[in-house]
Amino acid sequence: MAISHSNGWMLPGGLLGCLMLWAAVATGQTKNSCLDCHSNLPEPLGVTQEKFSHDIHAQKGLTCASCHGGDPTSDDPDKAMSRKAGWKGKIDRKQIPQLCGTCHSDTTYIRQFNPSLRTDQLSQYRTSVHGKRLALGDTKVAVCTDCHSVHDLRAPTDSQSTVNPVNVANTCARCHADANYMAEYKIPTSQFAEYGKSVHHEALVVRGDLSAPTCTTCHGNHGATPPGFASVANVCSTCHVFQAQLFDASPHKEAFSSAGLPGCVTCHSNHGILHPTDELIGTDEKAVCTQCHTEGDAGFVAAGKMKQQLVQLAGAIDGADQILSRAEQSGMEVSQASLDLVQARDVLTKARVTVHSFNVARIESEIKPGMETAAKDYDAGKKAMAEREYRRVGLGVSLVAIALVLVGFRLYLKQIES
Amino acid sequence: MGLLRGLRSWLDERFGWDALIAPLRKKTVPLHRFSYWYFLGGITLFLFIIQVVTGILLLLYYRPGASEAFESVQYIMTRVQFGWLIRSIHSWSANLMIFTAFAHMFSVLFFKAYRKPRELTWVSGVILLFLVMGFGFSGYLLPWNTLAFFATKVGTEITGQVPIVGRPMMIFLRGGEEVTGATLTRFFGFHVAVLPGLTTLLILVHLLLVQRLGISVPPKLEAEWKASPAQRREMKFFPNFMLRELMAWYVALGVLGALAAIFPWNLGIKADPFVSAPAGIKPEWYFLFMFQTLKLIPPKVWFIDGEVIGVVVFGLIALLWLLLPFLGRNHPSRVQRWITGIGIFALAYMAGMTVYGHFAQ
Repeated sequence: MAISHSNGWMLPGGLLGCLMLWAAVATGQTKNSCLDCHSNLPEPLGVTQEKFSHDIHAQKGLTCASCHGGDPTSDDPDKAMSRKAGWKGKIDRKQIPQLCGTCHSDTTYIRQFNPSLRTDQLSQYRTSVHGKRLALGDTKVAVCTDCHSVHDLRAPTDSQSTVNPVNVANTCARCHADANYMAEYKIPTSQFAEYGKSVHHEALVVRGDLSAPTCTTCHGNHGATPPGFASVANVCSTCHVFQAQLFDASPHKEAFSSAGLPGCVTCHSNHGILHPTDELIGTDEKAVCTQCHTEGDAGFVAAGKMKQQLVQLAGAIDGADQILSRAEQSGMEVSQASLDLVQARDVLTKARVTVHSFNVARIESEIKPGMETAAKDYDAGKKAMAEREYRRVGLGVSLVAIALVLVGFRLYLKQIES
Repeated sequence: MGLLRGLRSWLDERFGWDALIAPLRKKTVPLHRFSYWYFLGGITLFLFIIQVVTGILLLLYYRPGASEAFESVQYIMTRVQFGWLIRSIHSWSANLMIFTAFAHMFSVLFFKAYRKPRELTWVSGVILLFLVMGFGFSGYLLPWNTLAFFATKVGTEITGQVPIVGRPMMIFLRGGEEVTGATLTRFFGFHVAVLPGLTTLLILVHLLLVQRLGISVPPKLEAEWKASPAQRREMKFFPNFMLRELMAWYVALGVLGALAAIFPWNLGIKADPFVSAPAGIKPEWYFLFMFQTLKLIPPKVWFIDGEVIGVVVFGLIALLWLLLPFLGRNHPSRVQRWITGIGIFALAYMAGMTVYGHFAQ
C-alpha cells in the first residue's frame, strides 16, 4: 500500500517538474543566483524577486550581472561574486551616470528595446549643475538612480514611476525640500511647498492634466540647470505662446530687461503661480502694476483703464448670466442667448491674454464686441422675464374667465334643478 | 334661439336629428356618493381632444428628422406666437391624460364596473390605456433631446429582451440596430398617424359600449337599490351631467393653463448619439415602476437573464389585466374579492415603485 501510495504522488510530482522546466525554457529564463541570496538580505543589500520584476530592465531581459557583473549561474558566492567573473560589487555613486550611459548612450543597443528613446541623457547630465558638481567630486548631488530609483526602476509612463509627471515634484523634493540636506548649497527649499499651491500643481495632480508643468518641464530633466532670467520667459512661452508674443512686442519687454527684471516671473512669481485674476492688474493694492508704477504716471493710468475694461465686461457677463439663469429657471427658452454668452466669455478670456500687450486701445477694441454681446443677452433675459410676467397675467385673466364660466354653469344648473 | 331652432329643424328633416339624440335625452347617470368618479373618463376624453388639437397645431411647425426636430421645437418655443403655450399644454396634457386614464381604470376596477355585461368596455379601456402609454413613449422622442434619446434607447432595449420576437421588434421600432434619425421618423409616424387612428376608433367603440350598456353602479349599492327601488337616484345625462362634466373640463383647462404658464415644458439639450448617456437616466414617470422593478431583478435568475424574466412577467400581467373580467366566472364573488385585493396591491406597488424610482440613484 505504501509503495502504491508513493507511486501515486510520483506521477503528479514528475509532471510538475516537467512543467517547470518547460516554463523555464519557454520564457527563456536563465538562472540568477544573485536573487537567491539577496532576496533574504536586509536593505540596502536586499532585492527581492518581486521588487526586481517591476524593473523595466528585468522585464527587457537584463539581470543583476548586466550592471554589477559576476556570474549569476553559479550557486557558489565566491565564484558568482569573483572579480575574475567581472563582478563590480556596489557601484560607486560617481560611476553611476557613466555605467547607465554605457547602454543609454548607445543608439544601436537602445534601438533594440525602444527606438524612440533618446540617447543624450549622459551628455545632457554632464551640462547640468548635478553633473558638473558630481564631476567636481560632490557625491550629494543627484545621479540617475536618485531620480529613477534602482532595482525597481519603472518606465516613466508607469503611474508608480518616480519620474512619472505626477510624481516628479515629489522626487525632486526629496532633496530640494530638505533644508538640512540643501543647507550647504545656499538655495531656497520652499519651491515644493509653493508649487503645491500653484495652478500648475492643481492642473497636473488634482485634475490629472499630464500636459501641465512639473519641475522638469521648466528646468529640464537630465540637463537640469536653473534657467537664467532671459530664458525663464522662453520656458513659459512654450505653453503660453500668445502671452509671450504680446509681451515681447510690448514696451515692458525693454523696460524689464533694462531694469534687470525677469519677464513673466516679476508679475506671476515662479513656483507658486496662482490662477491669475483681474485683481493682478490695475491700481489697487493687490495689483502687481503698483510695484513699479505710481499714481500719475502713464502706466498707472493705463493699468487703471485696462482693469476697468475687464471689470466692465466681466460685470456685464455676470449680469446677463444672472438674468438668463432666472429666466431659464422659470422655464423660459433662452438657450440661444445662453449660447451667445459663451462668445462674450471668450472675448473676456482673449482680452485677459491681450493685457500682456499693455495696449489700452487694443484691449478696448477687443472688449467692445463682448460688451455688445453681453448687452444683447441681457436684453434677451429681460425680454424673457417680461414674457414670463405677460404669461402670468394672461393666465390670471384666463382663470378669471374660466371661474366666471363655472359660476355661470353652476347658476344655470341650480336654476334647472330647483 | 330662432336660428338654432331653424338649424335643428333643418337637420331633423335631413338626418332625423331628434331620433339620433333621443337616447342621449333618455340617458341617465346613477346618483350616489361616488358619482364624481364618473367624471374621470370624460376628463380623459377631454385631454385627448386637447392632445389632438394642440398636436395638429404643433404639426404646422414640427419637422421630423435628426437634424431638424430639436431646432423646430426650439423655434416653436421661442418664435411662434403662443408656440410655447401649445407645446407646454400638449406635454402637460399628455401627462395628465395618462394620470386620469390610470385613475379611471382603477376606479372602474374598485367599483367592479368591468362585470358582465361590460367586459368589452374594460378590454377596450385597457387597450386604450396601452395606446395612451404608446403615445407617451413615441411622443417623448420627438423633440430629439438628450434625455429622450437615451430613454428611447433604454426603452427599446427592454423591448429587445422579449423572448423570440424581442429583437425583430426592437429593430422594427428603431428602424435599424441603433436609435437614429430613422427611429425618430418612425416614432413620428406612430405618434401622428397609427396611434391616433387606432385610439379614435377604440374611443368610439368604448363610448358606444358605455352608451349601449349604461353606467355601472357599485355592486353593494346596486343590491341596495334592487332591494329598495325607492332609494334609486338618477340624474339626467343631458343637460345635468353633461354640464357638470363640462365644468370638470373647464377646471382641467384651468389646471393645464396654469401648469403651462408657470412651468413651461423644458426643451433640454439636443441629442448627441456620440456622447455617453447622462448618469441616472430614467424614463417618464408612468414607466418608472416597471423600469425600477427591472433594475431590482438580479442579472441572472438561475440560468435566465433577469431582465427577460421581468419583461415576460410584465407581459403576462398586462395580458391577465386585459382579461380580468373573464377570470373566475364560476366563483364571481370570491374572485372579485381577490381582484380588489390585487388592485390595491397593484396600486400601492406602482405608486411605491414610482416614488422609489424617482429618488433612487
